[in-house]
Amino acid sequence: MLSLPSLRMGILSRRGIVAAASVRAAHGHGGHVTTQEDLSAPQYYENRNHPLPDTPYRKELDTSQKSLKEKEKGSWKQLSNEEKLALYRLKFHHSFAEMTKPTNEWKTVLGGMFIIFGLTGLVVLWQRIYVFPPKPHTLEDDWKAMQVKRMLDMHINPVQGFSAKWDYDKNEWKK
Amino acid sequence: MSSALLVKPQMRGLLASRLRKHMIIAFIISFGCASLYKFGVTEPRKRAYAEFYKNYDAMKQFEAMRDAGVFESVPPKGS
Repeated sequence: MLSLPSLRMGILSRRGIVAAASVRAAHGHGGHVTTQEDLSAPQYYENRNHPLPDTPYRKELDTSQKSLKEKEKGSWKQLSNEEKLALYRLKFHHSFAEMTKPTNEWKTVLGGMFIIFGLTGLVVLWQRIYVFPPKPHTLEDDWKAMQVKRMLDMHINPVQGFSAKWDYDKNEWKK
Repeated sequence: MSSALLVKPQMRGLLASRLRKHMIIAFIISFGCASLYKFGVTEPRKRAYAEFYKNYDAMKQFEAMRDAGVFESVPPKGS
């Protein structure tokens, strides 16, 4: 589970799956086959449990971005807030807050679950009507009454259980 | 960046502090569950059994059961 390709995919699809910059460069020419990114090279991934990806998000920088990276090599106190933000966005695609944003996926999951429960209920109902054999005679009311009488005669569970709830003097259930 | 400084977070001893807090919680919960069970279940049960056997007459019970006809080895009185 700790292999890089699976880090890129993550467990839920909301983890950002970001194509490498090389694929971006290959788009734009009609009739051109897009180059396959080199999956043996370090990949960029976004995972809350692995906060430091192997490569920066943007590997190919234009001139203004290159000069910003040069400025970064000096003291960081000379960087303005916007430049710091730009440097962050060069390194990372989403911030932690954006990456771990809750989705509404749970509604889909719960809804699908309940739909399947409902369908299963219909199947069970059909089974009840068309498949089950008739009920055993021991479940009829008069048999159950005879059974209860016999259990009380045998004093089943007389301390805290069945017969404890029967009043033997008045011949009725205790109130 | 904000101009006000954030409160410095705890830098060391994180496992120890987590362990201490959770140890206390675990003790409280487990002792609580045990005492609840003891005073909710086992004490009433002991009292119920003491009550039942205080005035229990085994022969009388046997005769009642015999006359109801539940025994196979002993017939009801009179037959």
